[in-house]
Amino acid sequence: MSRAAKRTLRSAQMAWPWLALIAATAILVLMRNSTPAIVGYPDGWTIPLAEWTNIAADWFIERAQPFFRAIGRGLDAAFSLMQIILTDLPWLAVCAIVALVAWQGGGRRLAIIAVIGLLYILISGYWIPAMNTLSLVFVALPLAVGLGFGLGYLGYRSAKARVIIMPLLDLMQTVPAFAYLIPILLLFGFGPVVGLVASVIFAAPPMVRNTVLGFQSIPPAILESARMSGLTGWQRFRWAELPTAMRQMLIGINQTTMATLSMVIIAAIIGGFEDIGWEVLSSMRKAQFGQSLMSGLVIVVMAILLDRITAAFAARQLPTASFEGLPPLRFFGLLAIVAVVAIAAGYAVPGLWIWPEWVVWSPAQDINGAVDDFLIRYGGAMDSLKNGALYYVLLPVKIGLERAIVPFTWGVTFAPGAKVAYWAVAALACLAGFATGKWRAGIAVVIGMAFVYFGATGLPWLSVLGFATLLAWQLGGWKLAAFVGGSTAFLLVNGIWSQAMLSVYLCSVAVFTCILLGGLLGIWGASSKWVSGAIRPVNDMLQTLPQFVLLIPALMLFQVGDFTALLAIVAYAIVPMIRYTEFGLRSVSPTLIDAGISSGCSPWQLFWQVRLPQAMPQILVGLNQTVLYALGMLVIAALVGTTGLGQLIFLALGRADAGAGLVAGLGMALLAMIVDRILQAVMRRRL
Amino acid sequence: MPKSSDAAAAGAAPKKAKLSVRNLWKVYGDDPGGVTSGDFNGMTLDQQLAHVRAADHFVAAANVSFDVPEGEIFVIMGLSGSGKSTVLRCISRLVDPTMGEVFLDGDDLLKANARALIELRRRKMGMVFQDFGLLPHLDVVQNVAFPLKAQRRPREERRAHAREMIELVGLKGKESAYPHELSGGQQQRVGIARSLAANPELWFLDEPFSALDPLIRSQMQDEFLRLQKQLSKTIVFVTHDFLEALKLADKICIMKDGQIVQIGTPAEIVLHPADAYVREFIGDVPLANVLAAEDVMGPAHDDGKDHPQVPRRTILDEAIKLFDDHTVTVDVIDDAGRVIGALDPLTVIRSLYHDDVVADI
Repeated sequence: MSRAAKRTLRSAQMAWPWLALIAATAILVLMRNSTPAIVGYPDGWTIPLAEWTNIAADWFIERAQPFFRAIGRGLDAAFSLMQIILTDLPWLAVCAIVALVAWQGGGRRLAIIAVIGLLYILISGYWIPAMNTLSLVFVALPLAVGLGFGLGYLGYRSAKARVIIMPLLDLMQTVPAFAYLIPILLLFGFGPVVGLVASVIFAAPPMVRNTVLGFQSIPPAILESARMSGLTGWQRFRWAELPTAMRQMLIGINQTTMATLSMVIIAAIIGGFEDIGWEVLSSMRKAQFGQSLMSGLVIVVMAILLDRITAAFAARQLPTASFEGLPPLRFFGLLAIVAVVAIAAGYAVPGLWIWPEWVVWSPAQDINGAVDDFLIRYGGAMDSLKNGALYYVLLPVKIGLERAIVPFTWGVTFAPGAKVAYWAVAALACLAGFATGKWRAGIAVVIGMAFVYFGATGLPWLSVLGFATLLAWQLGGWKLAAFVGGSTAFLLVNGIWSQAMLSVYLCSVAVFTCILLGGLLGIWGASSKWVSGAIRPVNDMLQTLPQFVLLIPALMLFQVGDFTALLAIVAYAIVPMIRYTEFGLRSVSPTLIDAGISSGCSPWQLFWQVRLPQAMPQILVGLNQTVLYALGMLVIAALVGTTGLGQLIFLALGRADAGAGLVAGLGMALLAMIVDRILQAVMRRRL
Repeated sequence: MPKSSDAAAAGAAPKKAKLSVRNLWKVYGDDPGGVTSGDFNGMTLDQQLAHVRAADHFVAAANVSFDVPEGEIFVIMGLSGSGKSTVLRCISRLVDPTMGEVFLDGDDLLKANARALIELRRRKMGMVFQDFGLLPHLDVVQNVAFPLKAQRRPREERRAHAREMIELVGLKGKESAYPHELSGGQQQRVGIARSLAANPELWFLDEPFSALDPLIRSQMQDEFLRLQKQLSKTIVFVTHDFLEALKLADKICIMKDGQIVQIGTPAEIVLHPADAYVREFIGDVPLANVLAAEDVMGPAHDDGKDHPQVPRRTILDEAIKLFDDHTVTVDVIDDAGRVIGALDPLTVIRSLYHDDVVADI
């Protein structure tokens, strides 16, 4: 047999399960009117996992509550102390200390940025809420860092521990934080402590990862030379390992700080206590966009300052760092002197202790007015933009073309002739694929067109299960297939299938938008230094912002709904796509490009045949992150009234229903992990 | 070249071994101890190797034995994967050998417990690494003083001592530089200074010059020989560069697949390669730069005439310049000036062309 014939045979062997599944799907679709259980998973086939969880949780909580409440009281005391320090000290002292710390980390420029930021917080009148939030951050941060370092070092020292810790990290970061807010709520009771504990759990993973990475990447020669210098175990740790791993760990502290802030703010959802997250949330709920924008900006300022200052301390560890700051002893001495002087000044001049009312300037009402004016003037245009996206993109993916094309939306009916033509195009594309040997493309076109025709919510669940498992099996073998099949089955038997498909719908639209927009921006950025320089600060900004701040502008312009959620998700999830596309394209080796040019490639050929394939692994990493980010943001977006798993989690939160919340949260995490594992299998096959 | 004389060739009594390695094995796999237990010691080497490999274990070092006399440079030469670094790491106990003995002044290093090992490393061993292994957050003085800090010597004392070492390796003026500010050659000088800071008796060097440019490498080799002339350490030096081995070694040990192929002085190895594997290395060696007069001399040619004289360790490249139209005999003299042999053009040419070439003429 010729090699070509063999190859054809092999691809045929891989293709026929797909064709069989497509045929089975067709049969299921034809039967769906007589048997509703084909599309909607029957209620009778579910297992009450959520209820069982609640029974187990109740049993546990009843016994463990005193213990956790005691811890909670301890944390509460630490928090109150921090709160007293930050809110009762003169603002002048707090500002002076922050500015000095910023200077020690990054020099004069950073100190000036810090002062400007703090002045904004003072002038806008959100000083107290901001300081309350900051107190939570300062209490949670050392705990998260300590926990992260401990787990990370354990993972570095013991391979056995690593096997347990690493999947745990995946879970801690993919299960939406709201889901585990509920058990924390039940264990610790209401109050700021819940947010504190949740942020410790949520913020520890980056510290763990960076600690493991930092220690693992110590050059072997350093470890060996430390041993050959006769260092004892403790000396090796203290003098050789810790300092060498420190830079990576400071990067971890930076990421953990940002995660802490983000979580502390989000925790406002379960009840605020005059913190800045609560200010934003309550003004958002009252549709006071001016107020939510002003207080959202306070969060932005806090995020930027925390990020820049911790990043500056991390950068200072680089051997090439130009700025060294003062020696620690002199720095702390100076810090003490400045604090005392500032407090004394506060005593002398009351205005330096408590920010005088007459210097507060809040244009919130003016902004509200301006937004109203804008909406009155341009509301029509905004509405048609929103409706266009809704009718022509969102709805078809959600409920399928067959239900989305009605006179009210598209202005036409989906005539039977058009339906036949639609399927004829699909069949022809598939045939063309097989005829040219690209059967995968052919199958993908058919499945894609079927997806858009029936919509995420109109597909037979058996087919979705089949396609996902088959894809996993062909990409990653039976292990991956078992994971994907099992996870999909989890969604089914827990009766959260329809919500999961709603989440899939919103998420897939967001991800495709990100691929399109982010990919283009990345390509543009890779070809122009100027564009790249313009995009980078925007990306940095989008990534440092606590997620729900992104909702504010979208909400201002488009009110609640799927489109608003989509915008917020895209704004957050597009960043990795842009970054990795640009990075991938930029890091194609110059030799390959020279080789391409000297082989006579046109610029167009050079891009498609040399640069893009070479950049593909990086782009796939970006895509993977984009999907995870989108799913993460989905929960937050449920605040603006989307349906799906995120909404389910919020409902559970409202009822303090730990079981339902955890099941929905786990469902979300499984969705994320399915995509993650499949994309990783794709990447492995490309290598 | 400043080489100490080879004991056997000089006819003196063999020096007592400072470091002795006996039947050293390092086996990697699921259960190295189990594989090498039982009647393992009763087998022949071939049987042992077959036995270990049949159990899906990997042999990194097989039955390695050698002696290093005090003050000698012992070079272990081999390609990557030959087990040379493993042997060095077994001696320094960075890797624990599966079996065997390593004697330092008659004490078995492998029996030392953790506490004793730390003490040994602090007082008796120094090691230089291919990738330098300098701590990035410490400056040159702090890096060099690092082993002394481990010994808890007072700060001023260790800094003063580190400065001496830095001067010794020719880095004066760079005391407060950080590793990233130094070139590769300078970084390795710091590594050398650090390894010597505690004044060790044993000096281990693991491919110390392999990461350096050829010109710098050659400079560092000369520098190394200068230091050794001054310090007379007992040295185990690992390299994959055969020319480097010839240039530096008192004795060379050639390894392949974890086993020793040949041990000998540079001259012994180039003149009498043990097998085809060793012969391949010799192929492009400029022998005139490696061989000394005494390595190729014949019996003294006593024809009553005066011949030009060369000391016995003169390399051939120098010695053959004395031949001319009227001179066909050059006398080789020992350290006391006695004639111990003679060079004639034919033997010299033969030795330079590996004998067989000459036989064809």
